[in-house]
Amino acid sequence: MSFKVSSIKFGLLSPSMIKKMAAVEITLPELYDKDGYPIEKGVMDPRLGVIDPGMRCRTCGGGVGTCYGHFGYLEIAQPVIHVKHVKTIYSVLRSTCEKCGRALVKRGEVTVIDTGYEGGEDAGEGSSGGEKETAFSAVKKKCPHCGSEQAKVRMNKPYDYMLGGKKLNPVEIREWLERIPDKDLKVLGIEGGRPDWLILTVLPVPPVSMRPSITLETGERSEDDLTHKLVDLVRINQRLRDNVEIGAPDFIIEDLWELLQYHVATLFDNGLSGVPQARHRSGRALRTLAQRLKGKEGRFRGNLTGKRVNFSARTVVSPDPNLSINEVGVPEVIARELTMPIRVNEMNLEQMKKIVKIGPEHLGGANYIIRPDGKKKKVTEHNKEEIASEVQAGFIIERHLQDGDIVIFNRQPSLHRMSIMAHRVRIMPYKTFRFNLSVCAPYNADFDGDEMNLHVPQTEEAQTEAVELMMVENHIRSPRFGGPIIGCIQDHISGNYMLTLDSTIVPKARAIQLLVALGIEEELEKDISGKELFSYLLPKGLNLKFKSNDGKIVVIKDGKLVQGVIDKKAIGTEVGILIGKIDKEYGKEISREFIDRIGKLGIKYLDTIGFTIGISDEDIKNDAFKEIKSQIKDVEKECENIITSYRKGSIEILPGQTVEESLETFIMTELRKVLDKTSKIIDRSLPSNCAVIMARSGADTACRLRRPADVAGKEDTPWLH
Amino acid sequence: MMELPKKIEDQAIAIIEAGKLTDSQKKKVMEKISKKYKESLYEPGDAVGIIAAQSISEPATQMTMRTYHVAGSAGIQVTLGLPRLIEIVDARKSPSTPSMVIHLEHSHNTREGARKIASQIRETSVRNVALEDTIDLANMKIEIKVDKKKIAELEIDIDDMLKRAKKAIRNFDVEMEGDTIRLSPKKELSIRDMEKHKLKLLDTQIKGIKGIKQAIVRERDDGWIIDTLGSSLEKTLAIDGVDAATTTTNDINQIQKVLGIEAARNSIVKEASETLEEQGLNVQIRHIMLLADVMTTEGEVKAIGRYGVAGEKGSVLARANFEVTLKHLTNAAITKETDNLESVVENVMLNQVTPIGTGMCELYYSPKDKKKKE
Repeated sequence: MSFKVSSIKFGLLSPSMIKKMAAVEITLPELYDKDGYPIEKGVMDPRLGVIDPGMRCRTCGGGVGTCYGHFGYLEIAQPVIHVKHVKTIYSVLRSTCEKCGRALVKRGEVTVIDTGYEGGEDAGEGSSGGEKETAFSAVKKKCPHCGSEQAKVRMNKPYDYMLGGKKLNPVEIREWLERIPDKDLKVLGIEGGRPDWLILTVLPVPPVSMRPSITLETGERSEDDLTHKLVDLVRINQRLRDNVEIGAPDFIIEDLWELLQYHVATLFDNGLSGVPQARHRSGRALRTLAQRLKGKEGRFRGNLTGKRVNFSARTVVSPDPNLSINEVGVPEVIARELTMPIRVNEMNLEQMKKIVKIGPEHLGGANYIIRPDGKKKKVTEHNKEEIASEVQAGFIIERHLQDGDIVIFNRQPSLHRMSIMAHRVRIMPYKTFRFNLSVCAPYNADFDGDEMNLHVPQTEEAQTEAVELMMVENHIRSPRFGGPIIGCIQDHISGNYMLTLDSTIVPKARAIQLLVALGIEEELEKDISGKELFSYLLPKGLNLKFKSNDGKIVVIKDGKLVQGVIDKKAIGTEVGILIGKIDKEYGKEISREFIDRIGKLGIKYLDTIGFTIGISDEDIKNDAFKEIKSQIKDVEKECENIITSYRKGSIEILPGQTVEESLETFIMTELRKVLDKTSKIIDRSLPSNCAVIMARSGADTACRLRRPADVAGKEDTPWLH
Repeated sequence: MMELPKKIEDQAIAIIEAGKLTDSQKKKVMEKISKKYKESLYEPGDAVGIIAAQSISEPATQMTMRTYHVAGSAGIQVTLGLPRLIEIVDARKSPSTPSMVIHLEHSHNTREGARKIASQIRETSVRNVALEDTIDLANMKIEIKVDKKKIAELEIDIDDMLKRAKKAIRNFDVEMEGDTIRLSPKKELSIRDMEKHKLKLLDTQIKGIKGIKQAIVRERDDGWIIDTLGSSLEKTLAIDGVDAATTTTNDINQIQKVLGIEAARNSIVKEASETLEEQGLNVQIRHIMLLADVMTTEGEVKAIGRYGVAGEKGSVLARANFEVTLKHLTNAAITKETDNLESVVENVMLNQVTPIGTGMCELYYSPKDKKKKE
């Protein structure tokens, strides 16, 4: 039976409640006796819970896992203010009558005033300025209920209150707050409890499990920051109580009281502005309650919303074009460490026994077995035979990862949902994760040292959800723009472009070889054209007409490529019209297979014809070079003219710009013009070679080619091309 | 059969009617269209908000922080790219470069007409028409020599100009002599004060709408338009000859004030999608529409973030997780808040199933009553 939390209520703790929920009253500042046992009534009282394995809780009898700890309480000698509620106390004091405790307002006159106080507590995280609090126009000088004149209450940071020049001590404030009748609380905006509970008389002492002590190798005990703080607190509290009892002079009591207030304040928050930080003996600031919750590594952001997980792995990634897009190559070392829980039944009993017999050190074995009573046993090389004979239906075997298991694969930063997708495992040698190049785009991965994470879902529910919702083929088209985010890149595109050129004829033998590599068995009579070869991959009945990268029309009729070439516009990532169409019309299975096959085909075809580039691919003819030179000379002259006119002051000033900005704009315009011109010359004069084919098919950008061909125009921001 | 939205249905019918089809063929096509439409819908429980947020912010990481002005255009330069996108999402009071595109009514849609309106809109101060400004120390007078030609060109009424000058700096006698304005103080003033008054006078607005620093006339395929730097939609729409139906501004707050919240919503969609498009980023408009809907559902433009929609989340834990953890917790204690764990983060914190997608539904099994069966 599983239970679900349906709601969480927030409120204030009353002193009697604090006592009621406590297991013990704490009075002694000592922690342990000379034998090293915790002292009763001390801050580490054994009734507060257990932190040492093997011990039993004196309150509930539970062990380390079962007893969550129990609160204690500390009776404070003189009341102190709760520092996290100073603002609330202030607004309550300002809006209630000093004499009768009634709210300084008549019925139906409630408004909202600005307290004007900005807490320094969270300034680092960005506090919202000038926040409004529920209270009302406390400016009324006369109490509408008893008619007494009201002196103005002022607040001195961090936790002092002044009433007309006289300091109010917590006892007086408490008495004042006690006078406020319950019926006025709602109008003051206080609903979680009585306002006088905000002045502490009893302090809850957190259980030891919340502040465990660490035993160092030397046998020395190192206490938690909170324990240190509590010890200080108990000691000062005791001193104050003693002094009050013997009737010490007022100034001594005042000082100790102030000190107690300081310790309570820093127990709650050790980062208050205007309060010196409580420090450890080494000089390090103590990490008290507020610090535990706050900030990136605090309880909320660090532990509650960001959790650490088991059954995960991380290593470097590298490419493997032979894998399907929904597969991931997992190194053997990792596969032996990560496990998948399998429930034993009559049907798989023998098989499971075999797996356990393989043991933890050889791939395909098991690391643990879990008996039906929940007991977990580690499988070792020594006991594997023995454990295998124990296995029965109802056991759970944690076996090694194997081919076909479902895993979740992720690359950070996870910017969109395609950053986390489910893959099928392929166990492989060596030590990197491997995946198909077509899934580089959704993960935004490259192989210059990128690392990725892998998670193994452990329950059937998680595995089915991963298969149904997270598999790679579910994410071929991105929800961002509705087009394919998984598509072909680089050599995939060049290869298919070369193959589908009008002039390409593939010899019979080679064509059969290529088709077999893609898993298509076909009898061929004679040599076939590249387009015919490509058409074998297209689903039957597909009709499509679109423009390719060079603006020419591509026609696919009844699953046959009849006109045009396949290039980036057809199969590239983010654009690929053909992939988008197939995914939409024929579903994820067919489109996954299609992407697998065209990727493989592109690369395999390039292998057969040879595809390489060298620096000489960027050489251009001499007369073209001269032409460029003259163009550049022209623009230099033009810029020279602009600069002279700038020096003379006769330059046209563009609206909304300074003279210098206008100068820059004009020169930029000229440079852009010459870049366009020289680009055209280069494009015209480059011969047809591999480098140019890459640019033409869209596998790479043309400007990457132009620049080495000749220094032309200005360096420009890439996205404008 | 799935019911189609009106717009898609109309389009589909128009296409079907255009072709020569038999009635049964027509029906078949319609069926196929509605099937496709159904397939493209999000399923109930899908996290559309998260998808929209990711779809907008994922490309935003690719934008450079730098404000990039396109070189070579002589028009108005407005903030673009990531800074502009942040501006829209944060619902800033006014954009860093407010700008209007003013369309003209047919009767004024000429070069001359556009010029005339532009000069009516452009903020003109004394400085713009002054040739020389001096202080006559001997007689303690401010002397400003104005360009009469320019005044005539801008159609400025000289009397009106003097009146405004008088209003701007009190206790001065103003007189006009030829092309010089002379101002003499009614009581003794130090030279420093005179200088101060002179500067104040120079900045006195004498024509146009306040805040419109530039107004540039440009011809487009659909006629003459005026681009402005600075925006004041309310005053601009009041000017004769301005086409109120098509004139726009990039100041979303002004649009909300003048045209209402629905117009502001459309303006958010337009501005955000244009900003992304200009950067060459491809984002489905539906995501931006959802963003605009969230920002405007409560009748005023709200920011995405601590001061806007995120700060008003219903859950204490969700707010505490977001920013300023302690404040939310202590306030919750005072006001006795209850967190009903209705959203995603709270349930993540408690290791519970989040009420989204597959987590939204539960299975119940009610065993059949045996007695009834019998």
